[in-house]
Amino acid sequence: MQRQVALIKQSLFDQGYLDEQFMELEELQDDVNPNFVEEVATLYFKDSARLINSIDQALERGSFDFNRLDNYMHQFKGSSTSIGASKVKTECTMFREYCRMGNAEGCLRTFQQVKKEHATLRKKLEHYFQLARQAGPKETARRSK
Amino acid sequence: MVMAAEPQFHVLAVDDSLFDRKLIERLLQKASCQVTTVDSGYKALEFLGLREGVEINDPDAVSTSPVIHQEVEVNLIITDYCMPSMTGYDLLKEVKESSACKNIPVVIMSSENVPARISRCLEEGAEEFFLKPVRLADLNKLKPHMMKTKLKNQKLEEIETPSKDESGTVAAVVEPEVKNLTEI
Repeated sequence: MQRQVALIKQSLFDQGYLDEQFMELEELQDDVNPNFVEEVATLYFKDSARLINSIDQALERGSFDFNRLDNYMHQFKGSSTSIGASKVKTECTMFREYCRMGNAEGCLRTFQQVKKEHATLRKKLEHYFQLARQAGPKETARRSK
Repeated sequence: MVMAAEPQFHVLAVDDSLFDRKLIERLLQKASCQVTTVDSGYKALEFLGLREGVEINDPDAVSTSPVIHQEVEVNLIITDYCMPSMTGYDLLKEVKESSACKNIPVVIMSSENVPARISRCLEEGAEEFFLKPVRLADLNKLKPHMMKTKLKNQKLEEIETPSKDESGTVAAVVEPEVKNLTEI
């Protein structure tokens, strides 16, 4: 089972969903903090869901306050980078580019991509964490602080 | 004289994002530091004893006396740049302008690479400017900075409260200890 977990994780990296930042987070996990990565991931998805909501509402209103949109996305991109969410980060960057250009259509289009990548990553990570929990403590037991 | 295990550094981390606070806290713990996190520049100043405890008009708030919390030694302040109401730069300025805290090294973090911003902070006295996401390797660079203030504080302590053992001269007690620490 642990092998399955390892394979799933590897595919997330291979397919570009996650980058080395995620591995940096795993390095911070130990016996005392065995669920650190899952905890921050949960925080990230909570945080980012709120930001997605705010952006959705702003876009629905139709008035494109590019400064405001860029502000939201700045936060979103920041935490996506910190968690290693590679594809999400890429889409966020594009969105900010369109904001800077004042391109409303580009913003709308890219935002759909942001949401899509975000949802995909969420599903994949939830699945991964669930399996990891079932597989039980593995490397973390061997690691010392 | 044999020193005890690695000295404990106490870091004050400031960030308005809960997610980022959790991250920096874990990183600092992993780097063997004691951590206090606050979510605003105001709370940081309060913690440092540089401001009374009222940020907004709150008649029920207990105002703390503006006495420096001497028991709480802070060896480093690490703060996010982009924060509402008080930026990391504002906080840096306040710290460097205070006689009590100006020697505490301050590090600024930002997710944006803006050269003008970076040089502004460094000119104002920031020790380092880290781009987010901050990594463990970045924090390990800070140990010499924190060691400097810790040594300075220890020296001051020993001068103010001379040890009551056989040796009459305080200077003799301080020097060898300093030498040992720098050898690590």
